[in-house]
Amino acid sequence: MHDVHFLLTDLLFGVPAMIAVGLYIVAVVITNRRGRLRKWPWLRTVSFVAGVLFASIALVGPLSRQSYTDFTAHMVGHLLLGMLSPLLIALAAPMTLILRTLNVHLARKLSLLLQSSFIGFFTHPVTASVLNIGGLWVLYTTNLYSAMHSSLLLHIIIHIHVFLAGYLFTISLVYIDPVFHRFSYTYRTVVFILALAGHGILSKFIYAYPPAGVIEEQSRIGAMLMYYGGDAVDLLLIFILFKHWYQSVRPRKLVSTGI
Amino acid sequence: MTTIHNTQVHSDNRAAFARRNLWSGILFGLGFVAFLDETLFHQLLHWHKFYDKSTVAVGLISDGLFHAFSWFATVGGLFLVGDLRRRNALWHKMWWGGKLLGAGAFQLYDGTIQHKIMRIHQIRYNVDILPYDLVWNISAAIMILFGIGLVISARRDERGRKGTFSNA
Repeated sequence: MHDVHFLLTDLLFGVPAMIAVGLYIVAVVITNRRGRLRKWPWLRTVSFVAGVLFASIALVGPLSRQSYTDFTAHMVGHLLLGMLSPLLIALAAPMTLILRTLNVHLARKLSLLLQSSFIGFFTHPVTASVLNIGGLWVLYTTNLYSAMHSSLLLHIIIHIHVFLAGYLFTISLVYIDPVFHRFSYTYRTVVFILALAGHGILSKFIYAYPPAGVIEEQSRIGAMLMYYGGDAVDLLLIFILFKHWYQSVRPRKLVSTGI
Repeated sequence: MTTIHNTQVHSDNRAAFARRNLWSGILFGLGFVAFLDETLFHQLLHWHKFYDKSTVAVGLISDGLFHAFSWFATVGGLFLVGDLRRRNALWHKMWWGGKLLGAGAFQLYDGTIQHKIMRIHQIRYNVDILPYDLVWNISAAIMILFGIGLVISARRDERGRKGTFSNA
């Protein structure tokens, strides 16, 4: 990879990241001024900025450069870009913010789009899991991983895919933003377990059979990082999923009748 | 007045939620043993290996599935405890019966099928493995037996309680 390429990816990923943070904050400020809406929770803004920041660490600057030669660095980037960042951004409820910023006419159109079967297909837990975990299997068990390092275009496409697939996976399992195509807790839990198993099995597969061009020592550390780092982020996801279940089945208070 | 009445209603809830108590215990027991296995034998003692060259393919799949499931079981089992508590339906004897049953069942599966048949890894390396395997699997069997005993005993308690009520 040449320095020109790094400059290009820095700009290509860095500028949209800054624009996204800017737009989010502007939307929060604008909608907070409207008296009829409740104040946007500041924790969501923090979550969004942190999410974009973690994705940027993987895409821009020293870690992304090191990822070319160091599989462990690559795996740190993968965990940040494909798991932690999507979760933090999903928790920031960006779609809710967009819907309350737009005027009613546009918001209705967007809401119709979200109800379309096209969106329904991509936010289906099974589709999202296959895109996410299946994509990783293809990346690490074929020559794609080494090809990514010689082709700028592949590098860009794969990194965008890892983030988007991670985001779809997150929003298909935990419902923070409005979701029109909903699935039961049981359904989501079963798909989630299978996806998580696919992630763990792939980690051990990488440990045993390093991707082409990766030295064994690095692949082992990288694989264990993927296994346990994945566990840590998934624990957060599982906690949120079951917390929502816990809130949804709360016993309704008995209304006192005598008084 | 209403609140007192409600508590009385709720304290009888454990019989209505007997199965939820049992399953919450089983799930948490399974998750707890998997967690102990990971922290104690993989991370602290370094007896277990992350990957063993003699592992068969189905072993990797079984290990991956159980590893994923154990996280859900631990967190889900505890949220179920929370749910039972707010309903005043937590039944300790039934829950512990389930916990020992789940823990023992997973440990036995791990110690026989996963360690021996699928060969995902051994308990410890470069030692005579037989005593380790015996302690591992016998303790698993003891947990299962105690678990079943507690569940049966809990059921008997409940029948006894119902009996007194119907006589009264």
